[in-house]
Parts: sequence; C-alpha cells; structure tokens
Amino acid sequence: MTKPVIQVENLSIRLSGKAILQDITLNVSAGEYVSIIGPNGAGKTTLIKCMGGIYRDCGGSIQIGGKAIKAYSSKELAQLLSYVPQAEGRTLPFSVEEFVMMGRYPHLSPFTPLKAEDREAVDRAIAQTGIEALRNQPMNTLSGGERQMAFIAGALAQGARIFLLDEPTTFLDYRHQAAVMRILKSICSDSGITIIAVHHDINIATENSDRMIALKDGRIAFDGISAEITDSATLEEIFDTPFHCIADNQRPLPLVIPGGAE
Amino acid sequence: MKRTSVLIVLLMLSIAAVLIGPLIGREIIPLSAFLADGSIDQVILVNIRIPRVLLAFLAGSMLALSGMSFQALFRNPLATPFTLGVSSGAALGAAVFIRFGLAFSILGISSTSFAAFGGALLAVGLVYGLTRLKGGFSTATLLLAGIAISFFFSSVILFIQYVSGISHSFRIMRWLMGSLASADYTRLLNILPFFLAGSLIISFLKRELNLMMTGEDIALSRGVNVALVKKLIFLAASLMVGGVVAVCGPIGFVGMMSPHICRMLVGADHRFLAPATFLFGGLFLVVCDTLARTVIAPAEIPVGVITALLGGPFFIWLLLNRNANTEL
Repeated sequence: MTKPVIQVENLSIRLSGKAILQDITLNVSAGEYVSIIGPNGAGKTTLIKCMGGIYRDCGGSIQIGGKAIKAYSSKELAQLLSYVPQAEGRTLPFSVEEFVMMGRYPHLSPFTPLKAEDREAVDRAIAQTGIEALRNQPMNTLSGGERQMAFIAGALAQGARIFLLDEPTTFLDYRHQAAVMRILKSICSDSGITIIAVHHDINIATENSDRMIALKDGRIAFDGISAEITDSATLEEIFDTPFHCIADNQRPLPLVIPGGAE
Repeated sequence: MKRTSVLIVLLMLSIAAVLIGPLIGREIIPLSAFLADGSIDQVILVNIRIPRVLLAFLAGSMLALSGMSFQALFRNPLATPFTLGVSSGAALGAAVFIRFGLAFSILGISSTSFAAFGGALLAVGLVYGLTRLKGGFSTATLLLAGIAISFFFSSVILFIQYVSGISHSFRIMRWLMGSLASADYTRLLNILPFFLAGSLIISFLKRELNLMMTGEDIALSRGVNVALVKKLIFLAASLMVGGVVAVCGPIGFVGMMSPHICRMLVGADHRFLAPATFLFGGLFLVVCDTLARTVIAPAEIPVGVITALLGGPFFIWLLLNRNANTEL
C-alpha cells in the first residue's frame, strides 16, 4: 500500500448554519481513481471542495502529501491539486488557449512573462485532451463536452498530481461522456494522476473506478471496491429507492438501473 | 495582432485628444498662442485649458479602471462605482467636508480627497459586510446592497444640503453634477497620487483579474489568494473613485461604458483590456468635457450631465441586450 496522498480525518463543515458534512474519514492513495456517489444534497461537491482547499473553514483535519492543507500557500496547493468544477453555467469570455494558459498561474510570478516551459505545458495539455482544433475558439461558443475538455486541459496545464472533479460527465451527450471518461482514465493510468470524481451516473462510476465512496446525509455510507456496491440492497440503503442489477457479459460488473423488479 | 493595433489606435487618438482638446473652447485658440508670451490666449491655454484636459484624461482613466476592476470582480457588466454605492460614499465624504469647511492638506493632498477616499472605502466595506452577513457573496445580493447603500448615502447628502445655507447648498449641488470646471495644476497634483497608487495596484493584478472572471472557485483552485486580491481591488478602486470624486464630483457612467466597450474591442484578457480601458476612459472624458465646454458656449454644461445623457441609453441597451449581459 502506497502512502496516502490525501488523508481526511473527522472532517465536518457547516454552511449557512447547516451541517453539510459530519465526521468524514478517508484516505486516498497516489494513482487511485475514486468515484464519489450519493443522492442530491449528500455533500459530494462540498467534500471535494474541502479537499481542494476551496472551503477552508472545515473542522477536523485534511492532509495533502502528509502536510496539513492549511499549511500550504494558495500557489503551493495549486501545484499539487486542481479542482475542476462543472463547466456549465458560467460565462467565460476567453479563448480556449487563454483559458488553458491561466492554468500556469501557480508557476508564475507577477510581471514575469510566460516561459517556454509554460507554453509547452499548455501545448501538451491541449494535445492530451484532443482539442487542438478548438484552440482559438471562444470558450462561450463551445458545447458542454468541449468545455469540459478545456477545463480538464486547464487542470493538466496546472501540473497538479491530484484532480478533484465535480460531475465531469453530467449534461454531456453519450459521445462526449465516453470521450471525457477515456481521457480521465488515461490521465490516471498513464500519467499516474490521482483522480477523485463526483459521478451522477453509477454505471459510469463503477465502470471506470476501482473504488467507490458513497455519501448520504453528510456521512460516508459506503467506502469500498466497486464490485461490492453493485448490489441492489446496498444501493437502496444509500439512495432510498429500489435498484435493479442486470448482469452483462460485456462488463465485469452488473449494470445498475433504478426501479424495482416489476 | 489585432489587439495590439487597437491599443496603438487608442493611444494615438488619446494623444491627439490631449493635444487638440485645449485649443477648442468658447474660442478656438491657435497652437501658436502657446508661444505668444504675455498674451491672454497663452494664459487661457496654459493655466486653464491644458490642466483641464489633463484632469479630464486622468479622471476618465481612473473611473474606467475602477469600473473594469469591479466588473471583473463581480463578473457583472452592471457592477460599477455607481451601482455599488462607491461613488455615493465618496460624494458623502466630500460633501461633509465641503459643508463644514474642514480644509487642510497633508503632503499637498487636500482633506476633501481623503474624506472622499474614506467615504468610498466605507461604502465598499458596508457592501462587503452586508453580503457577508447574508452568508454569500453572490452578485445579486452585492448589487442590491450597493444600490441600498447608494440611496442611503444620497439621502444623507440631500439632508446635509437641506440644512445648509443657500451658498453651501448651491456649491454642493453644482459639485454633485460632476464638473471639471475647477481644474488647475493644484487639483491635478491632488489627483495624481490617487491615480498612481490605484493604477499601480491594478497593473499588478491583471492575471488575477482574468482568473476572478472565470469564477472564484477556479481562481482559488489555480492558486489565487482570492481574499487578498479582493481587498486590493477594493482598495485600488476606492483610491481612484475617491480621488476623482473629491476633485470633480461624481461623474457617472464612464466607469460602466468604457470597460464594456473596450471588452468588445480587445476582448476580456486584462493584459490588453487594462491599457485599453485606461486610454479609452481618458479619451472619452476629454471628448465629453470638450463637448460640455462648447455646445452651449459661452455657458457650459457640467460634464456629468453629458456622460449621464450618453450613459442612460447605454445602460438600458446593456439591460436589454442579453448577449452583452452574458458575455462579460
């Protein structure tokens, strides 16, 4: 077992007076792909925002690379991990290249121009996500899937070794869902980047990650290998609704669909 | 490079405006008067018109830059020194000093300027505190808070005017319309430190402003110290708005229109947007002030009236044009 890159102990947070997360304890090892699932309002987004340093007033402790998250400066933390929010619903008046270039921010000091290595990092990120053709397009004209790719490219340019993604495939059509998952998997298995992603779709989560964490009412309801969660009783316990598991000879794990047997 | 050529054109237009502006007025003064020692024309040109045009340029640039910073910070084209109540705060600070005649100066900067800066900071602090109290930092609550504070401060100014004698009241009213008529070299020196401090801070924050526009969560994730950047932007914008309001009164709409038009010309990247906004704001106010001095000559219109006449319709266009709203 490799040393954990993220250690969360007894994490709790209240937002606007309401307890969102309570007593969360979990470890993530380098190179893992962890999916977070759970019903709406369970605290999934809040959890990755806490781990990504977006929310800083959390109770308990979060350690990144063996050091408390609060002990890092903003730029130091940004060199280690990158939070990738949902790409929908924001206006981004920049071209794809400009946006990806902003990922280099934690490596720059004020007034120093971009160096060759910064440009190389941007080129690599754009090539890796396959969006060369969109390079000079305005972000505001991209489709949801293309935007998500640009967001991932931005995180790659940032050079972080840990990615925290909030529903990277939600709202995308099937082709873009598949493309985004292919890139995330290759980033994880080829480049050894640790990925923690909130997934709305259980089948996408189980197909792409070995480990699943389920949240319910701000607490961890499940933490284990994906094979153990594809079970209707376990899922019903988490989501409070019946599930149906269908064995599929194309996939190692059964397909999960909500709704009981007729 | 399209964006670079836009900047060069703006620079040349600005230089032309600053050179030609002083020659135009109630009477056209030929450039040769500049060298005609002892002539009335030379006095008008050197002591009245040149400082006035320079003041107009600086004031326009400062208002435009502060508007640009607020728009980036709140990701909203309607966030301006006016809508956030910062102008009213500055005006209240200055009005109190005009009413009570507390005139003194520190290092050559008049107390009115400090009072206006204090008022601007107070307004920003109140808006910020109010939205914090609400638990969120959303654009909607922020603008609502700004408008509430703006109304409140304006009422206090009206009250001060009401209880003042006729001469104070008249002075405050004329000053509230926004005018550059009092320009001289002392006032130019008064405004200069506010310009230098404010624009220096903004020029350090161009990358941060870009990232703030993509959203606070992305900015934080890229390593921007968002809390610090917000405070610096508030400080810089308050310095610039306070500096201008103390000398010229609250001149509206420059801070809203200039950055928006520049965003259409050079895009939203602040490495280009900031210099373009600086030049455009200055150019715009020089042109407006030249109009103010000439359209009903020999009388003159307060320049605030001209900018408001242009700005009102622009504001409505901005509201109606959904594209302009979402493409900030």
